[in-house]
Amino acid sequence: MDKVTGLQNVTATEPDPTTGYRIFHLGDFEFSRDAYFATVKWPANGQTRSHQMHADDFLRAMMRDVAWGFFYGWVNFDEVIGTRNHYGKVDMYAGSYNASYKDAGIDHTQQFDTPLIMATFKAILRDWVNEGFDPFAAPEETGSAFGAKHGDNIAAIERTRIATKRMPGLEGDSPLRDDLPVNRQFADVVQDEPEIHAEPGFEGALHAFSLFKYLSRSDVTWNPSVTSVCQQSLFCPTTEEFVLPVFHGNDRVEWFLQLSDQIIWDVADKDSGEPRARITMNAGDIAAMPADIRHKGYSQKRSMLLVWENATPDLPKRYESGELPPYPIQI
Amino acid sequence: MQQTWFGSLDNFRKGSIEIIKGKPEHYAMSNVFEVASRAQPYQKVVVGKNLKYVIETLRAEGSSPWFAASHDEFAVVLDGEIDVHFIKPSGGPLVDAKTEGTVRLDGQPAGQPMGYVRLRRGHQALLPTGAAYRFEAVTKGVLLVQTILGQCSVEKWAEICIQ
Repeated sequence: MDKVTGLQNVTATEPDPTTGYRIFHLGDFEFSRDAYFATVKWPANGQTRSHQMHADDFLRAMMRDVAWGFFYGWVNFDEVIGTRNHYGKVDMYAGSYNASYKDAGIDHTQQFDTPLIMATFKAILRDWVNEGFDPFAAPEETGSAFGAKHGDNIAAIERTRIATKRMPGLEGDSPLRDDLPVNRQFADVVQDEPEIHAEPGFEGALHAFSLFKYLSRSDVTWNPSVTSVCQQSLFCPTTEEFVLPVFHGNDRVEWFLQLSDQIIWDVADKDSGEPRARITMNAGDIAAMPADIRHKGYSQKRSMLLVWENATPDLPKRYESGELPPYPIQI
Repeated sequence: MQQTWFGSLDNFRKGSIEIIKGKPEHYAMSNVFEVASRAQPYQKVVVGKNLKYVIETLRAEGSSPWFAASHDEFAVVLDGEIDVHFIKPSGGPLVDAKTEGTVRLDGQPAGQPMGYVRLRRGHQALLPTGAAYRFEAVTKGVLLVQTILGQCSVEKWAEICIQ
């Protein structure tokens, strides 16, 4: 029998006697997992449709969606399931942005109030993430997601995007990361800070920090966190290793500036999933991600990436109506 | 371990675009070290533009003019060693609140020297609203500036982007 498990309106079963995992319901969707797979079911044309993902891939994707508060636009867990943020409400969909599912009429979208879908996703993470598995880490850094339920890793899944008002390290703003260790793959990154030579009376008025040191100590992968704010222009650098756990389709243009090493991006049509381009970005490369694509990055070494967002609230409407072209630059 | 690879003015390797459908110019892709290597010192070349907001790349070499803005700006050093000197103007704001983007000043503004910050690769400085600033390259290098499109911004996409 379904029951409320304590979190607001989250619908979950008792733990399965064999696997130890709960089954969750969110509207018409059902989420279950076993030793290897997460399974999502939904209704379409009077039938039940289903889709499976490897449990580790599913949990890494769900971790980002939760930590980012559903982010900007579409967060595709894979080519079938995902969420679309309407900033206060969120769509959960299956097959709605897959050309074959759409043509066959077996796709399904349902909209939820953000607190309900957020509470459900958090409850799934709390139940399905086992002791020793960190869904925010690269595979080489963490244990396995597989097997029957054993323990949990609440600390690992409670991390969120860092909210910075102006710049980290300023009084009353987000902190620097001197307390975090340098990541093993950034052991050669110089740790010196800028020299600040303030004239008497201007102590504290000048501000600088080592961004590369700050990034070398990031304890998570693929998690854009704000480091400078110029009105609605947000620098959100992050450290990347292995594969971006989602295929992100933005509801606006964003830009990437590769700060170190290399990332390769698979780019596909936002609506159909049809492949469009493969972009190799080396240190110093900067490129726009147009508003009509989805992208997924691959980084064989942990690398530093500057994600640059324009947080202006009315942008999705302006791109969707065609008022703004999907490409930022006309050459 | 594998070495962490940063680019520099004299050592960069531009990436590439493999197209399946569409055009390379949709991605407006350039390399900031290449752009800076071909630019005049402190020319503010726009390499990223999102409506009115921009990322500019500057070749830092010698001394820059004095600049100011009506809003915060930020600088990140990607190569070289660069000092940023600050002045607190004595006569109030140098830039009208309605003017966005970096404004180039004629000569040194009157005011109190606030001091300077010395930045090396990977260092970021706040260029706070209300202060005038000037770059001085100890060794030549490359700067990124986060700001708004302004009177000093130079757009030359056809020259810098992969097509």
